[in-house]
Order: sequence, then structure tokens, then C-alpha cells
Amino acid sequence: MASSSDIVIRVNSLAKRYTLGREARHDTLRDALAQGARGLWRALQSRRAAGGPGDNEFWALRDVTFEVRRGEVVGIIGRNGAGKSTLLKVLSRITEPTRGSVALRGRVASLLEVGTGFHPELTGRENIYLNGAVMGMPRAEIRRKFDEIVAFSEIERFLDTPVKRYSSGMYVRLAFSVAAHLEPDLLIIDEVLAVGDLAFQRKCLAKMEEVTRTRGRTILFVSHQLGSIRHLTQRCLLLSQGRLELDGATASVLDRYVRAGEGPGVAGQGRYASIREARLVNEAGLACPGHQGEAVLWLELVVETTGHTESSLECTLTDLEGTRLGLYSPGHFTGWRLPASPGLHRFRLPLAVPRLASGQYGIDVCTTNHGKGPDHYVSQAVVFESASLAGFPAQWELRKDYAAGYFILDAGNPRPVEGSSS
Amino acid sequence: MAAIEEELLIEAGRADRHYGRDLWRFRELLGFLAWRDIKVRYKQTAVGVLWVVIQPAVQTLLLTFVFSKLARMPSGSVPYVAVVLTGQIAWMLFSSAFTGAGNSLTTNAHLIGKIYFPRLLAPLSALGVALVDCLVLLALTLPFAPLAGIGPTWRWLLLPVFMAGALLLALGAGLWICALTVKYRDFRFVTPFLLQVGMFVTPVGFSTDFLPNWRDLLALNPMTAVVEGFRWCLLGRPEPLYAPGLVMSLVTGTVLVLTGFWYFRRTERQFADLL
Repeated sequence: MASSSDIVIRVNSLAKRYTLGREARHDTLRDALAQGARGLWRALQSRRAAGGPGDNEFWALRDVTFEVRRGEVVGIIGRNGAGKSTLLKVLSRITEPTRGSVALRGRVASLLEVGTGFHPELTGRENIYLNGAVMGMPRAEIRRKFDEIVAFSEIERFLDTPVKRYSSGMYVRLAFSVAAHLEPDLLIIDEVLAVGDLAFQRKCLAKMEEVTRTRGRTILFVSHQLGSIRHLTQRCLLLSQGRLELDGATASVLDRYVRAGEGPGVAGQGRYASIREARLVNEAGLACPGHQGEAVLWLELVVETTGHTESSLECTLTDLEGTRLGLYSPGHFTGWRLPASPGLHRFRLPLAVPRLASGQYGIDVCTTNHGKGPDHYVSQAVVFESASLAGFPAQWELRKDYAAGYFILDAGNPRPVEGSSS
Repeated sequence: MAAIEEELLIEAGRADRHYGRDLWRFRELLGFLAWRDIKVRYKQTAVGVLWVVIQPAVQTLLLTFVFSKLARMPSGSVPYVAVVLTGQIAWMLFSSAFTGAGNSLTTNAHLIGKIYFPRLLAPLSALGVALVDCLVLLALTLPFAPLAGIGPTWRWLLLPVFMAGALLLALGAGLWICALTVKYRDFRFVTPFLLQVGMFVTPVGFSTDFLPNWRDLLALNPMTAVVEGFRWCLLGRPEPLYAPGLVMSLVTGTVLVLTGFWYFRRTERQFADLL
């Protein structure tokens, strides 16, 4: 049934190489000249090609091949650095592939960030036009949809206020509203749904869903919110170290991803303190991917500090679908701060957790700049599977996907109150 | 919309294929980018306009003093200040367009990393602000022309030709600088330096008509023709345009623009990876 004309994306042996390190990149002309001279000297000294170009190369994508049909909604997952963003950048023509090819059919819009092109000095109204144009909407189309976009964003009152005075929530709302009204044949979305308040995220997702369903639009999207991937996509690609590891039905790909103890991992950095490593361990400090219903979940973190004295840590237990289940915030609980001495610090946190329903969970970890909110936020720094609950003789299992609750309220058997029965 | 399905093939080294088509397709974005810059500049209108005026006004006074009072250069049938002012307007148009185009990739780095558009739009859109600044300056000074005994002539209508010349030259030089800046960050510091030198080798504060020995040499600088062109259009002096100089400037100017365009296109594909 699927004729070849139904294929809207055809990616063939795609590879992308970045050259890393000082050697290849000259930030100043002087560096370039010095580098050139050094290279010449080395070439004169000997012809040894050892330590060749491979050293500074990094293949962000290697030999990736897949096809997407019209109307498909495909999720892309993988740890940070697996090549997801690079793939989207190549598909959006921002960067060129090193090898291989991509054939795209139809009008493409890519949403790699919320509010690309927003200018803080311009008003909401002006930014709608600017952002629309940046996203590839013709002016006539923006004008036609203007009222709809404004109504969707729920910020009518601030339409003529410069965006720099907006709260971050309003900013995101406006940006999302423009994005939600794009009408390309092929929409490419990077981790943009992670920001903004939950209710509004849902509204956007619903709008995008409606768009795909009614108009046969193809969507390709990267997310760490495994919940939205599960919710929105039927098919999922798992990237690992630049390779396409798995391509199949969303449920099975996600299952394998989480079971492997993989998570998005840690990337990026904060201004004052950065999370460098996060993993689950057992009491002895050995890596331990699962959780068997113990009362304590040991989380080991490596944090890099810069000497800022007002930084602290926060961890949030999530259900991977966007619901936050619990908060650990020593900064608020006891006024604890990260060490003032700059450097790497390793911590082990015994997180006391209730007996979780079996299923998959994640922990968001962030450093906080006290009083000013999160500094380095790592969404789903670890993901883990909570095993079924031992200890009940009936072997009944509370599973997360029953949607009956996230943890066991254990009270034993009801105890009669003395003298109340008559 | 049209039923024709567009196909796009992305392959290494193939980015050039649809360049012309893309430029046309993204013309609205070009407009929006220019509009954004102009809007932001004139957002606080009073300060915006004031800034456009103060700088050339002060420089005009200084240059008039130096060349007219100290060096005692002639100015023909018009007051010396008119010679300097016309030179200033032309030079301002060039220098602000050049600075804008030269910085355009770094100021738009964020966009370049997040969306595709023909990168040429960045330096092109930067010309808009310079043009509007120049028009504001003309609108504010031309009404005073009769005070200097200068009346409107048909030559005023030819001014856009020379304005386009200034913008093209600024684009050519700007293309070189912005493409080089992406690769070598220290090229940022080259722009102010070039402008400083340029100001001395361009007849901003004097007229080449009265320097017959030097004007062939000065004509190697293509901005000479533009500045003299501005004067020829606006001042209505009897002296004709110096044709050999004009041709020479045309040649060097064309070389500058073509090579700038060539180098920009050659390096364009790596911009997103380097910025």
C-alpha cells in the first residue's frame, strides 16, 4: 500500500563529523598562523602521519538510515550526545552532513527552540510577526492567523508590551502559540516541550495532535519526556553514540531504553554550579540501575562548583510523563549550601522514597542559585525501573499504568477500635 | 497552496543548489530582519534620532575647522561646511552599513544556529538600518540647504544611485569581514581600524576637485567616487564629475563586492558549526 511517493523523509547513510579541540579551530588569526607554522614544522621534521586526523574527530552521526512516511509521528530518543540534535540540525539544513544524503518532500518547519528570533525590545505583537517569519510563515498567513495565535496564547493584555517585561511563562506561551499555528507538511521539533507550565504544554500537544490527525502532517520529534513520546508517537528511533540503535514501535523501544538503565544523561552546565554525573547506586556505592522496593534510593552526584556561596541542590522524582511526585531540597529544608570551594564534589544522597508502584520513574536533578531558581537543570538525570512490590503475601502488584496511584499507602489490615462494635 | 510537491536533497557540498530560489523564497524574512533592526534602533525615538544627528554634526564641525580654517582648503561656490556635511552623510551611510554587515553574523548567531535561511540575508538586512539613518539625516539637513545658497536641482534625483553604490561597497567589505569573523574572532577589531584609515583616504573633509595631483590615487578607493557623487548631486556646483576617477572606483568597487560574495559563499556552509 505504501507507495514510494508516501515517503516524505529518506535518510541514507547519513554521517556528520565535527572536528574537536584547539588543533582545528582557530579563534584568532594568530592561532591560525601559529598552527600553520607548527604544522609546517612538524611536516618538515618527519612524515609520521601517526596521531592523524582521527584524534580530534568526533562523529556525531554515523551511518544513519531510515525512512518516514507521510502522516507518521516519529519520536527520537537517546542519551545526551547521542546525535539527536545533530540529526535534527542536518534535517533542518542548519548544518551540512559529512556523508550520506537526506531527501525531504514538502514544506519543512523546524522548531529547535521556543521563540527563535524573539527580540526583547519588541512587543508581543511585533514578535509574533518576526517569529512567524523566522519559522517560515508567509506574512499573509501570519496576518490571517494573528487573532487565533493571540487568543491561544492568553496574553492579549500584554500584546503591546515589550517582551523583555514578560515573565518567562508568558514568553513561552507566546512563542508556543506561534509554533502551534505553523502549518508545514513536515514539522521537526527538538526538546522544546520541556519548558513552560504543564497545562499549557498539554494544550500545545493537543493542538499539534489535532493538526497531525486532521491534516496528515508528518512530525519528527526529540524529547526527554518519555511520557509525551509515548503519548504522541507510534514509532520511535533510539540513537546511541551517533548510530541508529533501534527503530520500531514506541512501546518496545522505550521499554528497552529504560530497562537498559539509560537515561538522557547529564549535559550542559550552570552558571554557578553544574551537575557532572548522576547515577543510582546501592548502599555500598556500586552502580545499581533498578529499585526493588527498598525504602532508600541512593543517588550519587558529582557537582562542579565555581565558588559561589549561595548554590544548593534539588532533586525531583517524576513519573516520566511530566508529573512531579516528590521534592528533595536541602536548600529549603535545612538551609544547606554547596561547598564554597571551587572544584568537583561527590555526594551520596539517601532519598527516602515511599513504596513506588512498579513502572518507570526519573529523577530531575538541578543546582539552584538560592532565591533565583534553578541554575543547571538536568531533566531525568537518572531513570529507573521500580520492580514489583515484594512483601504482600497475595502477590498483587500495583502498577503505575493502572493509574491507581504512584505509591502504596500501607496501613496493614484495618484494626477495629476497642469497644466500638456492638 | 500549490499542489506541486517540492523535493529537497541534502548532501555534502550541495548546499548551493537552490541558493537563488531560496533567496527569493526568504525575501520576506529579509524584510523582517531589516525591519527588526530599524524598529529596535528607533524604539526610543528621541534618543534614536538624536544619536543619528549628533555624531555627524560634531564631526562636521571639527572637520570644517581643520580643513577650512587650519588648512585653508577651497570649497568652490558653497560654504565649506556644506562640503564636509555631504561628505559626512555619504561616509556615515557607508560606515554604518559596513559595521552592521560586518557584525551581522555574530549578532544573528543565535538564529543561524537554530534555523535555516540563506546566510546572505544577515549582512543584507544590516544595510537597512544604515539606509534609514541616512534618510533621516538627509531629511533633517536638506531643508537647510537654501541657507547655504543651495537649491534643489535635477541632480538630486540621481542621489539614490550613489547611495546604492555606498551600500554595495559596504556589503562587499562587510561580507569579507563577517565571514572572516566567524572563523577568526579577532577580525572584529579590523572594522573600526579600517574605518579610521578609510576616513583619511576618502575625501570626507575636502573635495578632490581642488586636488588634481592626488585625485587619481584617491580614486583607487571606491568610496571616493561615492562621496564625490554625493557632492555632485547635492551641492549643484558647476564642476563636472571626474570621469576617470569614477571608472577607477567602479573597477575596484566591483572587485571588492565580487570577491566578498565569493568568499562568503565559500565559507557559508560552516557558519552554523563555527559560530
